[in-house]
Amino acid sequence: MKISKSPWVLHYDGSSCNGCDIEVLATMTPLYDVERFGIINTGNPKHADVLLLTGGVNAQTAPVIRQLYNMMPDPKVVVACGICACDGGIFKECYNILGGADKVVPVDVYVPGCAVRPEALIEGVVKAVGILEEKKKKLKESMKAGYCTVDYSKIAIHMTADDYDPTNQYDAVLTEEALRQQAEEKIKATAKPAPKPAPAAAPKAPVAAPAADNTKKGENA
Amino acid sequence: MAIIIGLLKYASPFRSAVIMLGGFTIMAAAIYVAVNVLMSGDTSQFMYLEDAEIPNHFIMAGEVFLMCLVCFLSIKYKKYYAILISLVGTIPVLWMDLSGNAVEGSTHLRIDTFAAVMYLIVGIVGILICIYASGYMKDYHHHHTDVVDRSNYFLALMFVFLGAMFGLISSDNLGWIYFFWEITSVCSFLMIGYTRTEEAVNNSFRALWMNLLGGVGFAAGLMYTNMYLNMSNLSEITAAGASEVIIIPVTLFAFAALTKSAQFPFSRWLLGAMVAPTPSSALLHSATMVKIGVYMLIRLSPVMQGTLTGVMITVIGGFTFFAASLLAITVSDGKKVLAYSTISNLGLITACAGTGTQEGVWAAVMLVLFHAVSKSLLFQTVGDIENCMHSRDIEDMHGLIIKLPRLAFIMIIGICGMFMAPFGMLVSKWAALKSFVESGSVWLVLFLVFGSGSTLFYWAKWLGKICAVIHQSFELEDITPRSEMVSIIPLTTMIVIMCFAFPWMSGNMVQPILSEAFEGTIENVIGGSDVIIMMIMVAMVFMIPIGSRILSIGKNSKMTMSYVAGVNAGDDRHYIDSFGKERALYMSNWYMEDYFGEKKLLWPSIIVAAVLVAVMLIVVVGGNI
Amino acid sequence: MTVTIIVKAILYIILAPLIGGTLSGLDRVFSARMQGRQGPPLFQPFYDVFKLLNKQTTVVNSIQVLFVTGYLIMTVFTGALFFAGGDMLLVFFALSMSEVLMVMAAFSTNGPYSIMGAQRELCQMMCYEPMTLLVAIGFYYANGSFMVNDLIQAEKPAIMYIPGFFIGFVFILIIKLRKSPFDLATSHHMHQEMVKGLTTDLSGGNLALVELAEWYDLVLMMGIVGMFFITANPISRLWAIIAVSCVFFLETLIDNLFPRVKYITMLKVTWTVILVFAGTNLLILNVLK
Repeated sequence: MKISKSPWVLHYDGSSCNGCDIEVLATMTPLYDVERFGIINTGNPKHADVLLLTGGVNAQTAPVIRQLYNMMPDPKVVVACGICACDGGIFKECYNILGGADKVVPVDVYVPGCAVRPEALIEGVVKAVGILEEKKKKLKESMKAGYCTVDYSKIAIHMTADDYDPTNQYDAVLTEEALRQQAEEKIKATAKPAPKPAPAAAPKAPVAAPAADNTKKGENA
Repeated sequence: MAIIIGLLKYASPFRSAVIMLGGFTIMAAAIYVAVNVLMSGDTSQFMYLEDAEIPNHFIMAGEVFLMCLVCFLSIKYKKYYAILISLVGTIPVLWMDLSGNAVEGSTHLRIDTFAAVMYLIVGIVGILICIYASGYMKDYHHHHTDVVDRSNYFLALMFVFLGAMFGLISSDNLGWIYFFWEITSVCSFLMIGYTRTEEAVNNSFRALWMNLLGGVGFAAGLMYTNMYLNMSNLSEITAAGASEVIIIPVTLFAFAALTKSAQFPFSRWLLGAMVAPTPSSALLHSATMVKIGVYMLIRLSPVMQGTLTGVMITVIGGFTFFAASLLAITVSDGKKVLAYSTISNLGLITACAGTGTQEGVWAAVMLVLFHAVSKSLLFQTVGDIENCMHSRDIEDMHGLIIKLPRLAFIMIIGICGMFMAPFGMLVSKWAALKSFVESGSVWLVLFLVFGSGSTLFYWAKWLGKICAVIHQSFELEDITPRSEMVSIIPLTTMIVIMCFAFPWMSGNMVQPILSEAFEGTIENVIGGSDVIIMMIMVAMVFMIPIGSRILSIGKNSKMTMSYVAGVNAGDDRHYIDSFGKERALYMSNWYMEDYFGEKKLLWPSIIVAAVLVAVMLIVVVGGNI
Repeated sequence: MTVTIIVKAILYIILAPLIGGTLSGLDRVFSARMQGRQGPPLFQPFYDVFKLLNKQTTVVNSIQVLFVTGYLIMTVFTGALFFAGGDMLLVFFALSMSEVLMVMAAFSTNGPYSIMGAQRELCQMMCYEPMTLLVAIGFYYANGSFMVNDLIQAEKPAIMYIPGFFIGFVFILIIKLRKSPFDLATSHHMHQEMVKGLTTDLSGGNLALVELAEWYDLVLMMGIVGMFFITANPISRLWAIIAVSCVFFLETLIDNLFPRVKYITMLKVTWTVILVFAGTNLLILNVLK
């Protein structure tokens, strides 16, 4: 039995104009009936195998995408849906746009289009599923090497240490507050650079043209 | 009597070492007596004291003293109604004794299996609570500097209380039982009022008048038996069998028992008892005070079978079980949840005793045993947690398993003991269901099944709060003194042992009680194959943690944060909002106050139960005189 | 005697996941056809579980694994107890214990969606717990025993005595099988109001264990439905199977017809249904007895 028979997807909107989002959701409707291939839209990174990203990445969504990616259990693949997710599209030059999805997480399949067509999307996911099989084999090797024991729970995305103001916090319980301060201090005391989330080398799919700047993939804050 | 005098002597020394020594001596004595009784084939031993004159005078003096004490305190705090009730209860009994109307020449003491089982409960659980108290009171006064330190007086009271318990259990003479009954009422009143704050005084007087009202009922029953039936012993009444005459005092005693075991409509005194320091609530709730009520009911239950009194007692008990378990959902104060759960469990015991069937009594005795141990453990743990965290709110126990692992683990065992499948309470609930079905009481079955649903809800959500693992949080300092652990650890061990030992307990402790109560051999209540299945379940519960350690399940797993829609700030308790700020995130438990809140449900249930009690008294007592 | 019991239990342990998985695949195909689409293959649930087992497991803490394993083991034990002919009351007590373990797994993660799911699951348990206990009591009234072994030797099918209990039980099966309108604790993946509730923070192998446990649970529930029809007569087993299929189809239909309700509506509706149908039935039985 192949694990490619039930790819569960997760959809996240980086900062798209919502055109691609509508198409992604349209793909999940009974009209296209992707459940034929076992595809389910999960809405939960911990259950998902395929991460569908739409829109270019901006400063605020970058940590979120990174976190979603980290939470997905291996093997996992990322599909950039639409031209903005591939390399930034028409928003590429905007002051707040970092670029395509591959600026923050390694992307496996690029599906261009403005907006992306459901048919192209389905084909993209099918391609991604092939990569999933390969990654499963790699995972078994790396499990032996002990790579998967990285403790991601220690990665905190404190935006900046300065903008935390306890006076305007809503805390339900006082003891929680006290503990929280302890935690803050401990985190500061033992601040470590965050480990890399995943192996960098991701095979590229032939569906789409590779994005211009692929060297920074897998980079982490 | 020797035990009591011994107790009173030990009550005067105050240092904790002496308490421990004295406590263990008493415990050893209690265990010795109980084991002796259980092992000797001849179960019921009646004793007639030849020189009963002195104890009788002593008891009479004691009653007068109690009355005067109540009067004095009532005047001091300007609660005059308590005087009235006290006078109404005591003076007729005194008059009866002095005027020679009381029946003489019957036995005074009775020590049988049931008494032995109660000895074990009071001796072990009660003394452990006293030992706990010696350490606890020090911490308590450390935190509550505004309260005058009278802990010596408090500890002395606890021992007097236990003494009265022993006395009550061993007495067969109704007059003596009445005396000890009143001692416990007054002692609990004094303990609740310990802090002398306004709230404490009010609550203590509430406890006083409710219990004294029960005492009046008891006194009335006592006079009726003495003057009309020419009986002065409890065993004579239970042996007499159900008849129209005998049912009147039985109803009156049952009424007194309802007040003592805090059934609706008399539950509010037990809730008010929360203001007292934890050891006294543990003592009142688990091992002693409330158990007197059910003790009386279980003693009386063979007589109540099939009578209107029995039916009414069962309905009141069932109703209390259901209503209190709904109310327990809505409160978040740890001690209050425990209080409601006590009321609810006592309701179940009352209902079981009221059916008067063999299974019912079996279930009732089992429930008494398991409840005493689990509940005292829970109270003590909550007290310790309060000392460590300065809060006993369930919401503050979030992540307790990380903050105070040792106490959390003990607490988990205690809570599991209260409701989870293979643990003791459920065995008894199972028997209770069987007995209800057999006695054909539809309402009771419905009360029980709906009550079990809500019981499950409030315990499981508490358990969940404790089990929540919060990342990047640290252990708090566990300041539980050793003397408290001396008490807590044996209780925890006992719960675990009792899980395995319940078939043995059933055979050696409960079955003899049944054969005493129902006279004749009793077939085994719990069947062979069921015991095996339950044993498998118990074994599995303890095997799963060990087994998963050995199999090292989850060693290959990767740690992540919990899912907070992608903006987890890193410690699972904060998220980053749309302005980039970190915000605290906290999931509170459900309390459903709009639906089952105290404001909505407490008074209606009290009124319903009050009507039921009134109907019982009027129809049974009024109809038969 | 002991050998038959063990054989029955082992048969259940082996066959139940196969039957349960197929049933849940059937459920998905039915749903898809009701929505006018082709739907997944019949064996899709098996593919899903196989995939989950092949994935890496991410956990929030290590206690989680313990609770989930406990949940599976207790559920299997419950089912084995039932099909081996054990005591009905004990079956339901063990069942509620396994559910509590699952809820604890969700609580221990401290994730908001998990905890919300856990609270809702507890609320659901509060709704159906009375009915499951009543079912055992109903069988006792009908045939005078709590033992499944004695119940299947009945003269007349239990449904003749306790139709009200049957209605109540089919009603709470909506909750038990996590069907809309009462799928508050975990919904289908498509209905994402609270992500996946109870199972949000479970993944990989752990999630596979939960799925497996639910298959066992499904078979157990269907077994109890069948119990209402089984008598000493072998033909009655056919009737039981027909009844089970009808009930299963009905549940899928209800799932597709109704939108989700609030928890308090669920509480009110289920308790009323239980009181009206099962309570009245109990009262009548008691009067006739």
